[in-house]
Amino acid sequence: MSTIQDTTNEVLALASTHFKVPLEKLSADDDFFKTLGINSLQALDLLTRIEQHFQIELPDYELQGVTDFRTLAERIQSRL
Amino acid sequence: MKTFQGKTLSWSVEDGAINLILDRAPCNEIGSLTLPELELFVKALPELQPDTHALIISSARKEGFCAGADLRELYRESQPLPAGERAGRLRDFLERIHRVMNAIDTAPLTTIAAVEGIAFGGGFEIALACDLIIADKTARFCFPELRLGLIPGFGGIPRLKRDLGNAVVRDLLLTGRSINSTKAQTVGLVSQVVSEGDALRIARSTAAQLKKFDRGTAIAAKTFIKPIPFDELRREIEIFCELFARPVVQEALRKFTESTDALPYLP
Repeated sequence: MSTIQDTTNEVLALASTHFKVPLEKLSADDDFFKTLGINSLQALDLLTRIEQHFQIELPDYELQGVTDFRTLAERIQSRL
Repeated sequence: MKTFQGKTLSWSVEDGAINLILDRAPCNEIGSLTLPELELFVKALPELQPDTHALIISSARKEGFCAGADLRELYRESQPLPAGERAGRLRDFLERIHRVMNAIDTAPLTTIAAVEGIAFGGGFEIALACDLIIADKTARFCFPELRLGLIPGFGGIPRLKRDLGNAVVRDLLLTGRSINSTKAQTVGLVSQVVSEGDALRIARSTAAQLKKFDRGTAIAAKTFIKPIPFDELRREIEIFCELFARPVVQEALRKFTESTDALPYLP
């Protein structure tokens, strides 16, 4: 069973790879919209990749108001 | 017209398949520019059909397949109008897009939506009018209209209900959540899920296979299995017009219009 820290690290790595932002520039409490420089359309793209990576279904309303990687990882964790 | 290059879309014929390519920034929103060109396409279909067996609809936009109706334009253009004229213009728009969707739905061709990225609202409804949906792994499908106090207006509910179980329809409609291509295939919406960026290539390969079949048989099979829910489509227009007139919808659309985000109704 993954810990929340494992999941957070995986999300950071996924975001880093997909949006081509160096991993060392990302941290769990970052606002991913700002750090990655993405809009809601690109956030949906991230959601799709998260669903594929973790093999989960994460309704986008679960992400309502979620802007940081740590909270995002918590939402993922609850579906694992 | 065998080929066409417009401001929002183009079409051409290759190997017996019509390639209709949507290409309007940012994500093929359907408004006063796209609708007339879609109508031109529908008008050209009888001329294209004798030499073709398939229609493939795809997007040239990296942002996705289609984000649906151009609600910002619809709102901005309707605001200065008196209520009666506003309602009349909306109804006219819906009647026109329904004629386009019905023509695609009933075309005596095998129609394929090659979906990459988002197919939201009207974009989802275009895909639903097609016989087959081939989606890549980035595809997402959604009816977000309830978030704005509306229902899908381009024939989405009756067509989704035609294809899927009612519980799935309610889930998508009432939660307004988006689903990825894997989920869409699991519920029976998508026929093939392919690698990222490969939807159009696989759609063309599928169209090439269909060419081997007798055309008359394919049309007979399609006509038999794909009834058009005309009564429900008419009812949908009425419900949409009733909802659109409410202040709560106008307020939601105002907020939507003032936002600069790509999909301001999403988190």
